[in-house]
Amino acid sequence: MTPPAIAPEFQVVRATRASRAGAIVAALLVALLATLPLWADAGTLHDLDEVACYLIFALMWNLLAGYGGMMSIGQQAFLGFGGYALLVMANLFAINPFVAVPIAALLSAALAVPIAGLAFRLQGGTFAIGTWVIAEVLRLSFANWSGVGGGAGTSLTALRGIDRVTRVNLTFWLSQASAVGAIAFTHGLLRSRQGLALLAIRDSEVAAESQGIHVRATKLGVYVAAAFGAGLAGALYFLGNLRISPDAAFSVNWSAFAIFIVMIGGIGTIEGPIVGTLIFYLLNKVASGFGAWYLIGLGLLAIVVTIKFPHGLWGGLSRRLDLQFFPVRRRLLLPATKDK
Amino acid sequence: MLAWVSAIVQGALLGGLYALFAMGQSLIFGVMRLTNTAQGDFIILASFAVVSLAAIIGLPGAGASWLALAALVPIAFAAGYGLQRLVLNRVLGRDPLPSLVVTFGLSIVIQNLLLEIYTADWRSIDSGGLNDASLRLADGLAVGILPLLTFLAALGVAVGMHALFNRTAIGRAFRAVSDDREVAELMGLDHRHIYALATGLAFVLVAIAGTLHGMKTTVSPSDGPALLLYGFEAVIIGGMGSFFGTLLGGMILGVTQVIGFHFDAGWGIWLGHVVFLGMLIVRPSGLFPRTR
Repeated sequence: MTPPAIAPEFQVVRATRASRAGAIVAALLVALLATLPLWADAGTLHDLDEVACYLIFALMWNLLAGYGGMMSIGQQAFLGFGGYALLVMANLFAINPFVAVPIAALLSAALAVPIAGLAFRLQGGTFAIGTWVIAEVLRLSFANWSGVGGGAGTSLTALRGIDRVTRVNLTFWLSQASAVGAIAFTHGLLRSRQGLALLAIRDSEVAAESQGIHVRATKLGVYVAAAFGAGLAGALYFLGNLRISPDAAFSVNWSAFAIFIVMIGGIGTIEGPIVGTLIFYLLNKVASGFGAWYLIGLGLLAIVVTIKFPHGLWGGLSRRLDLQFFPVRRRLLLPATKDK
Repeated sequence: MLAWVSAIVQGALLGGLYALFAMGQSLIFGVMRLTNTAQGDFIILASFAVVSLAAIIGLPGAGASWLALAALVPIAFAAGYGLQRLVLNRVLGRDPLPSLVVTFGLSIVIQNLLLEIYTADWRSIDSGGLNDASLRLADGLAVGILPLLTFLAALGVAVGMHALFNRTAIGRAFRAVSDDREVAELMGLDHRHIYALATGLAFVLVAIAGTLHGMKTTVSPSDGPALLLYGFEAVIIGGMGSFFGTLLGGMILGVTQVIGFHFDAGWGIWLGHVVFLGMLIVRPSGLFPRTR
């Protein structure tokens, strides 16, 4: 007896109306950004460079904490390492700084493999502080290396031969392309099999393991990818700032800002960090003159949002309006059910 | 040779201070599995509170400082109890992320509030010359009275906490909610109250640590994270859940740092961190692990 053939009466759909509209808007936005150096001033371009760095860094922190279940306070280890790798390659080995940016990101990713060997021995809250210790080890190591200026830091002298307009424009295109790439990568990853595995791990490591998911390998992959992104953000940031010091490169404030951006925007979504970065950037423009009070406000806001609105601004909106620009969920569409 | 002996003795005594940084952290983690990333900032906050309270009391010498600590103890307990009831109890759960974000947010708020109130200048707590006094053990080997006192305080806290956990009703309640919250609830314990008592007690330890730290050295608003890391390393080296392990872990960290400083001032802290990471490879569960 052969089972009766069942005609597929259902469909799996991922795109939403918002995502189709969003794709058009995004394409227009990318085109706009690409032409920006032709008509915007250098200050605006530099601001957008920094926005791109924060966005990449926050997206990667979100990937780690919001999808991988790894709450790190030490991602500045990879950001600072990326910055210093750029500086060492450009200043000491005379590699073109723009070529050195992706290599610096790769070196950060490579560094993540042995570091994961250490950090993965800790879980939960101890993992968070352990990663912070590792970042401190890197900070102190670079602070003691006189070849890169020691504790005072040094300038990216390798850029001296390149004329200013070329430098500013190339930095801008590179940073914006990297940010778009980071969004595309995150979206692609979360839609893939690995993304599904990651979501399963986030919900329950034990259950995921029992379903045949290689939990450790998947987490390592995410950790390395996040280190690549953080290294890329660091290399781009210090390429735009022309100066690096261990205290700036390995500052725990990087993690603080990433946490703020992701929690305010909405953890565990792709739109969240984008919204969060824009809010963070605007707040920074308006209120950073208030110094310590500004940071007190950021800290309090992060606490209140975490307790009262754990899904963040985007998470809340998205739930209420069923709005998703970067859908990763699969939806099952069934034909109208007939009575038997 | 004597220089090495001296370094080891100084380091071991310094470890007492690190253990004291860690005891409150260890208590909170043991009872409710909450990692308080603002621990160091609470210690610095306590140091500044003692500076201000001593100024209000206005007695000359160290008398005001000790009275200030006595006044701070009930305030610290109430603050800890209140923080747990009003804030931290809301973020406990299987996912450690909310509690980490909230305590990290508190850390930033405390650092910047202190910066706004006290500016970035260094302060210290008047110990009445105790920080300069020393006990001569042999030619070229002397131990400071204050480090010795701090070490004895850490030892006393470890003994006291051990006895509290194993001999008293409140210690039994701490262990009960830690082992199985639901069953403890069925037995009539209110976990929210027990957690708050634990945090209140942890804050009393923070007040003691902050006072002794502020007497030993100058404090500034941004010092907290370093203290958090030293205390954390002491806990992990010693093994989670053991107060004596934490004391020993602090001593190992202290000796390592002092020996590192002996070679080069730039590498002392670095060597301490590296030895901690080395411990993670050799014995990830610490020297005296006790899974409670």
